Amino acid sequence: MASQHPHRTKFILLGLGALGLLTLSAFVGRYPAAPGLSPALLRTDPLAQRLVLDLRLPRLLAAFLTGAVLAVSGLTMQMVFRNPLVEPGFLGVSQGAAFGAALAILYFSTSPWAIQASAAAFAMLGLALTYVLARKLRYGGWILRMVLAGIAVSALFSAGVGLLKYLADPLTQLPEIVFWLLGGLWATRWDNFLVILPPTLTALVLLFLARWRLNLLSLSEEAAFSLGAAPGRERLALLTLSVVATAAVVSLAGMVGWVGLMIPHLARRLFSADARYALPASLLLGGTFTLLCDDIARTLVNGEIPLGILTSLLGAMAFVALLATTPTENRST
Amino acid sequence: MTTPPAFRVRDLTFGYRAEAQPVLADLSFEIPSQAVTAILGPNGAGKSTLLHLLLGWHRPQQGEILLHGKPLSAYGRAGLSREVGLVPQREHVPFAFHVREYLLLGRSPHLGMLSMPNQQDLALVEAALGRLGIAHLANREVASLSGGEHQLVLIARALVQGAPVVLLDEPTAHLDLGNKYRILDLLQSLAEEGRTVVFSTHDPQAAAPIADHILLLRSGQLLFTGDPTQALTAERLSALYATPLQVAQWGKHTVVLPVKPTPSDNTTAPQME
Repeated sequence: MASQHPHRTKFILLGLGALGLLTLSAFVGRYPAAPGLSPALLRTDPLAQRLVLDLRLPRLLAAFLTGAVLAVSGLTMQMVFRNPLVEPGFLGVSQGAAFGAALAILYFSTSPWAIQASAAAFAMLGLALTYVLARKLRYGGWILRMVLAGIAVSALFSAGVGLLKYLADPLTQLPEIVFWLLGGLWATRWDNFLVILPPTLTALVLLFLARWRLNLLSLSEEAAFSLGAAPGRERLALLTLSVVATAAVVSLAGMVGWVGLMIPHLARRLFSADARYALPASLLLGGTFTLLCDDIARTLVNGEIPLGILTSLLGAMAFVALLATTPTENRST
Repeated sequence: MTTPPAFRVRDLTFGYRAEAQPVLADLSFEIPSQAVTAILGPNGAGKSTLLHLLLGWHRPQQGEILLHGKPLSAYGRAGLSREVGLVPQREHVPFAFHVREYLLLGRSPHLGMLSMPNQQDLALVEAALGRLGIAHLANREVASLSGGEHQLVLIARALVQGAPVVLLDEPTAHLDLGNKYRILDLLQSLAEEGRTVVFSTHDPQAAAPIADHILLLRSGQLLFTGDPTQALTAERLSALYATPLQVAQWGKHTVVLPVKPTPSDNTTAPQME
């Protein structure tokens, strides 16, 4: 019989890896020169101290949090929709959030709170539109319909973002909007990091605690009901948590693609389909992966590579590799 | 039957949309406790819908359903699922759950929203695996099971759930003969242990060997309810399936055959006693 903690060793290694990378990341960068600064310099150089404490620390924590939230939200959405091919970016959530953020920048206010509220509202709207459209589509199975509806709604919001870019002031507003589309954490400071901390931590803690329930909700609706769930209500509650958290990190990091799709697949492969293990594994893997991408983004070249480009590049490649070797999952659509 | 019935249903009417033709119209019947009841009828008669109503998943438009004398709504969400379990038709599981985890989900009615199953729950899973002789499947992925194995696993999940009433939706529909009789034997033994077993089937030969009580359902109407000897007559089954049928007794077994060979049936009918 399996012991109570069948994946203990893997979790310890993954946790140590995450901590190690977080520590290492504080020293990696292009100051004073790539690949980074030495701990000795940190003791003597006041500029290095300020750089690490005021800029790098919030940024690398934000990178980890962004990846953790996107991966956990992706896993939650996949299980709630009983569809291993969905992620926030495929369901109109990310594009909705970007549209909301752009709208706020243009017409309301550039305060982090306003941007985040607008991003969250449009993220929810994007998900709701996708869901309603998928129910109305008369083509293909449920998995395919969700993906098709998500593509359509995402395109709709992309067009909206395009329009807002066209209307935006090219000197002040446009650069801020372009930032949402590429994704990046260079603007992260303690103040805007602390703004997203309460909603994301709340969502992560609640989703972590409810991870057994998530297993139950991934069963067919009648089976979940017969085992004591109120499927409609409970799915909506878990989705709301993941959408709010996603909107919060998107409002800080912009569009960071593929983490929410690829990491849960990797977590299920390395650990188990059981969300008791897949959810914490997604959290750690997503955080570590995004932190690594952000380290590369700010170190590899003289300027900065947008984070979203790197996560998409690496994430899509890893996803293709995973799909090509996946044994039983995803066979039926 | 001296014990009070498990379900008492009065004037039940249900449709998926209020304005549409109801799927079930004005049904009144009782389902005996600690016995096997078969809901028998052709495809599209409303059998699954009726099971979903007994489960509490659908609410009646009119009429009421009492379980052990209380309306279903009086039990509460988790409370009802501790009383009534469902064995659905083969369930598509999009994730690679292992059988052991899948069975452990049967404990959900006994767990809070934010709690995890413990060693006791796991022990119940191991007991159910042993009881059904499927311990060798424990580490298999659910999606890799054959139809018969999946049906056994779904019944094991209902055992893990521990509800005294078990509803089964077409439990023998896609099974070969060996698996079919294995499942029917199992259902009978569940009733002998004191559970109330209700299953739907379109096959009178699945209902005949084990049912203590039969409901004949056609187009949402109850044609007959009562014991098998009265239910499984040529006249009633012919009306139920809108096809002339004859019923023969072969020892203890009831055999249902068409009156005329169908055009594709070139062989001679077997000789009946």
